[in-house]
Amino acid sequence: MAGICIDKTKLDDDDVVVCRCKEVTLKEIREWIDRGYDTFDELKRLTGVGMGACQGRGCRDIIMKEIARRTGKSFDEIGTGTFRPPVKPVKLGTLTAANKEDPWEGKVVSH
Amino acid sequence: MAWKNADVVVIGGGVQGCASAYNLAKLGVKKVILIEKNSICSGSTGRCGAGIRAQWGTEMNCRFGLACLDIFENLEEELGMSVGLNQGGYLMVAYKESEFDQLKANIKLQNSLGIRSGVVTREEAYTICPGLSADDALGFTFHQRDGHADPFLTTFAYMEAAKRLGVEFLKFTEVTAIKVEKGRVKTVVTDKGEIDTAVVLNTAGGFFQDVAAMVDLELPIHSENHDIMVTEPVEPGVCPPMLMSFSGNYYLQQRPDGTIVGGCSPIGHPMDSDLRSRFAFLEHMSSVFTKLLPRAKDIRIVRQWAGLYNMSPDCQPILGEAEHVKGFFLSGAYSGHGFMFAPITGKLMAQLITRGNTDMPIHMLHYRRFAEGKLIIEPAVV
Repeated sequence: MAGICIDKTKLDDDDVVVCRCKEVTLKEIREWIDRGYDTFDELKRLTGVGMGACQGRGCRDIIMKEIARRTGKSFDEIGTGTFRPPVKPVKLGTLTAANKEDPWEGKVVSH
Repeated sequence: MAWKNADVVVIGGGVQGCASAYNLAKLGVKKVILIEKNSICSGSTGRCGAGIRAQWGTEMNCRFGLACLDIFENLEEELGMSVGLNQGGYLMVAYKESEFDQLKANIKLQNSLGIRSGVVTREEAYTICPGLSADDALGFTFHQRDGHADPFLTTFAYMEAAKRLGVEFLKFTEVTAIKVEKGRVKTVVTDKGEIDTAVVLNTAGGFFQDVAAMVDLELPIHSENHDIMVTEPVEPGVCPPMLMSFSGNYYLQQRPDGTIVGGCSPIGHPMDSDLRSRFAFLEHMSSVFTKLLPRAKDIRIVRQWAGLYNMSPDCQPILGEAEHVKGFFLSGAYSGHGFMFAPITGKLMAQLITRGNTDMPIHMLHYRRFAEGKLIIEPAVV
């Protein structure tokens, strides 16, 4: 039995979802780059790309390539944006259990 | 020959800078240039807890807070872009008698100024925040119009509206010096070139004191590192209001996208500008989360970061014009409340610059109050 055949010529690039966490399309990314949001961090702040559960693992490269393509800048010039811990999502309960010597414990915070 | 000319140069591309630039252009200032050394919203605004509230303990802050809620509620319409407003309320939690007494006194003041806040019972608190466990708390206060807005969207919305009014934004441009001639601002020197201007507005957030020092103004303020973290998105309803406690030292809230954001203050005033992430904070804040929201223990943290609070001696902002340098205006040292106050202070600073007076009094926020010993004692700061 033949598999499902996708006619790639009919698949518009614009409809491609580049960020699955926040459901952002390539079309949106392109529009914002053209409006001056031409760094990964600015696109992140505006659309949420890179801020979902995957922390940019799925979208960062694609978006950086798109910025490079549209601005004519090299990867070096664009910058990757900031990577933040934790490397993998961690359950609150796991960290709570690990909290043995809490520097905040019993301390009065003056303000 | 100068690189550019401007009527007003705004230094700092956070929410204060963008809101001020927008309001300056709206009041008819022809040539406004905003300079940002990084990208727009890369500093304290983009790192903040995003809360907005009118539950304050001084008349001045209650009035500012209320004015901001009025503006925030119409901001999307005014600026033509969503600002992510979410009025889930602020639920204040008191663990000490003295603290609860203070919150009750604050409510009385707030009510007298038209803020419809009030004391709520534990049962009511648990209805407002279904996931909450706070049997050790003594009392709660609540105000429905409080909540949060999206700091990124709010700043970009102000920027986009300002651009439409002709404001020029220079990102990745760093101010290296400010030239003063005969007691007046003359030129802003940047790493890209010089900009001639008679007026500078310092909205540099965590670097406010560094920009002030460029005109030999030494301010008794410092920046300190405050940590914050966010979880993966989960079903709504876990923590609809901003949960906040002064003695408990926390604030946390679920956002419309389902993620829960929370943070706390460091111990004391560490004068710590190091923005690297600290594991100790993750452990501590996880304990705070799971104590307050026990059912959240299996929710995962996806990210932590830190931002600078620019602290003044009384934790109140510095607004006004420098005494010894005409044309050098200050709007900073918000001590952790810069985002929530930006809609009104951006407006008031634009009024001060363009017409020399303001719709609401701000003279008491001039930095001369420190030398005169007229500090503003606000009991409702975290």
